[in-house]
Amino acid sequence: MFVPGNNPGMIKDAGIYGADSIMFDLEDSVAITEKDAARFLVFQALKTLHFGKKEIVVRINDLSSGLGIQDLEAIVRAGVHVVRLPKTDSAEDVVFCEKEIERIEKEAGIPLGTTGMMAAIESANGVLNAKEIAHASGRLIGIALGAEDYVTDLKTTRSDGVELLFARCMILNAARSAGIDALDTVYSDVNNEQGFIEEATLIKKLGFDGKSVINPRQIDPLHKVFMPSEKDLEKSRAIMAAIAEANAKGSGVASLNGKMIDKPVVIRAQRMLDLAEISPIVEGEEV
Amino acid sequence: MKLMKTGTAGTMESNDIMVTLEPKETGGVQIALSSSVMQQFGRQIEAVIRQTLTELGIAHASVDAVDKGALDCTVRARVRTAAYRAADQQNYDWGAM
Amino acid sequence: MADIKSIYAGIPHIDEISQHGVFEGSKGKRMGTFAERSASQNKIVDSLEEAVRRTGLKDGMTVSFHHHFRNGDNVVNLVVGKLAEMGFRNLTLAASSLTSVHAPLIEHVKNGVITHIETSGLRGELAEQISRGLMDFPVVFRSHGGRGAAIESGDLHIDVAFLGAPSCDPYGNANGYSREEDQSISCGSLGYARPDAKYADKVVVLTNNLVKFPNSPYAIPSSNVDYVVITDNIGDPKGIMSGATRFTTNPKELLIAKTAADVIRASGYLYDGFSMQMGSGGASLATARYIRQMMIEERLQCRFALGGITGQIVSMHEEGLIDRILDVQSFDLDAAESLKKNRFHQQIDACYYASYLHESAVNQLDFVVLSALEIDTAFNINVLTGSDGVIRGAIGGHPDTADGASLSVVVAPLTRGRIPSIVQTVNTIVTPGSTVDVVVTDQGVAVHPDRPDVEVKLRDAGIPLCAIQELKERAEAIVGKPDPIRYKEKIVGVVLYRNNTVIDVVRQIEEDQ
Repeated sequence: MFVPGNNPGMIKDAGIYGADSIMFDLEDSVAITEKDAARFLVFQALKTLHFGKKEIVVRINDLSSGLGIQDLEAIVRAGVHVVRLPKTDSAEDVVFCEKEIERIEKEAGIPLGTTGMMAAIESANGVLNAKEIAHASGRLIGIALGAEDYVTDLKTTRSDGVELLFARCMILNAARSAGIDALDTVYSDVNNEQGFIEEATLIKKLGFDGKSVINPRQIDPLHKVFMPSEKDLEKSRAIMAAIAEANAKGSGVASLNGKMIDKPVVIRAQRMLDLAEISPIVEGEEV
Repeated sequence: MKLMKTGTAGTMESNDIMVTLEPKETGGVQIALSSSVMQQFGRQIEAVIRQTLTELGIAHASVDAVDKGALDCTVRARVRTAAYRAADQQNYDWGAM
Repeated sequence: MADIKSIYAGIPHIDEISQHGVFEGSKGKRMGTFAERSASQNKIVDSLEEAVRRTGLKDGMTVSFHHHFRNGDNVVNLVVGKLAEMGFRNLTLAASSLTSVHAPLIEHVKNGVITHIETSGLRGELAEQISRGLMDFPVVFRSHGGRGAAIESGDLHIDVAFLGAPSCDPYGNANGYSREEDQSISCGSLGYARPDAKYADKVVVLTNNLVKFPNSPYAIPSSNVDYVVITDNIGDPKGIMSGATRFTTNPKELLIAKTAADVIRASGYLYDGFSMQMGSGGASLATARYIRQMMIEERLQCRFALGGITGQIVSMHEEGLIDRILDVQSFDLDAAESLKKNRFHQQIDACYYASYLHESAVNQLDFVVLSALEIDTAFNINVLTGSDGVIRGAIGGHPDTADGASLSVVVAPLTRGRIPSIVQTVNTIVTPGSTVDVVVTDQGVAVHPDRPDVEVKLRDAGIPLCAIQELKERAEAIVGKPDPIRYKEKIVGVVLYRNNTVIDVVRQIEEDQ
């Protein structure tokens, strides 16, 4: 969930809504005259406030702007889990950022490699370089689509999602090729819950691991979309039980209902169960 | 740190504090604080402002602070921002904070 | 006929049958039409001053008012202004509640016109000044049920009630609306005015809307009314009623509401035929919305909704989810409109609602959702004094419903700005912890240790629980430990529990700024 970096009230409450990851924003939600103030505020918040077991991400400013380096200096020292790099056009952008992070970790005496990275792809160039970007650093935990700038670059606007299809597929395949997460862009119309759910359903079908939200009200619907159904969970549990049984017997081949279980099936079943752990248990259909 | 001019940071929104720092040559740190939670937290807010200024090496300043229920970390961030702005300084020493 | 006189003395046990002697003829037929009579022989008095004179009001007596006009009320200021002008002194003002529009009372207190105040709540400048020691005699705070009971029992004796009514006929049948012609003012239920009308020695109705006899339906029957005064100036409709209460989009309130609804469902009190009361705060209203969703999914019917009524409850009634509405106070225009047009939307009075002297409606509640300014680690609730110790709230029906309902759920954000809602000790105890069952915050749910039955059910439903002490510590970890509020010795308010025993006092605040 995106949280504007210069808003103390929102920062204070960021942890209570069940977002899996909290992303404090120093970039677009902060006026150019308040960049320093937001940086101080997020720095102090990271050092003092407790957000439970949430993953803490900070979206920094573009490194070419000069603000980005200052952002890194502050938040890496404050112990951020993941740095979100905006407007990533090439693998070099990632490498440059990684070097800066490494330098700061050294200076601050933080174990090397502590700080993770996430690259947001927001241009045609970035999309075409998605694979190289995804492979550019071992610190990358995922790559994400930033759709607003991207559609402008494409000379189109956001509509039913067809304009993002290529980018989404590129980013998804690049992420899978590098073994990292693929994360989808925000849905800005907070009051259109149906539209949000449709988009979330689409990106889940494509294979995305998650989606950024801009309002706490989007968290519950998103979790429901990503929550495996009880039927799927039962099947996954049965698969894992069959595997465990086969392993116990020392047999390399497991089968369920007379069908042999392939490795991809096992991986999917495990992923399903992992997801159920993360998502809140949902009964019925209420929204 | 040497204050060169008046520096302001923060907003009048709830959970925030608006801090204005003015350079002074002598007289220590003078704080004029008004707060929506004066009775319960006025003393603590003032202490955090003083401590933050001490950390920055500012011995003399007049501070005008309008608090709307800011947490200590917000008070600290706003005082620092105001101080750096008042000192016209951009070489932040993050390691020392 | 002639014979009856001679046999009268011989009727066995005549002394026990009648003390009135023998019939001596009727007093003569009235010849005019009913229309002529209601125009001339009625209870209408030309001026407020004349009405006051006829009531026989004296210095030191008790005058009463209702608060159904809320922030639009002009009756209290109008009447007390007139009483001051007429030179009355040492009066007790017993209102069902007072709000920020009643700041002009400050002058009347200073001038000795009003020396005692009884109310459910105080807000604004009057409340500030009383917290700073304006009055010698402490303000007596009662719950709505406690006030009803005190009037019934005679603890609170009302000499003259001045009751504003948005419709009234020449004989005093008065109501909070009119089915015939609304003159722009409508407040829905007059539930808190009805005990005053019934028990006061003299009753003056002030109305801006004189309708023909009989004003039907009426909240106050003519038999309870002595004088009717017509004045355009009973209140400002804008302050009396807001439009439909808006549904909150505040994510924190929604989170609390969702959790509260889950708690209610898990507790077992959401069953087919249940009863409920919902407050008018953002989180309570949103809770009603989640409850509605659960009712539709599980095909549950609510037998009755009680209390202050909002448009939210009305729409659930109109879509067939709630069978009956018992309305002691209509919170918004939708509620007032529904009272007027829906036959199963019933107006009730404060005693029927919540008096402890009999089986009142609150005793039939399955659950109630209540808000709170402060909750302490003994589950005591404060809804009366702010975190700075200044009076800025109203008891309302809080202790009545918490006590009456099988499950009382208190909702509050863990912190408001820098102020923790969960504290070691509340500033003022309004509702005792022994009547509070579950506390729901945005950062955790705590069940009263006396309700292990509820705790087990919530655990079984997978609702994460924590101790109230943990919530208090969590709040403190976020905002820090507040300095205690400094009070002076002087007691400025006495808080009575619903059975009119003293549960706490409010002291004058200490200030050095």
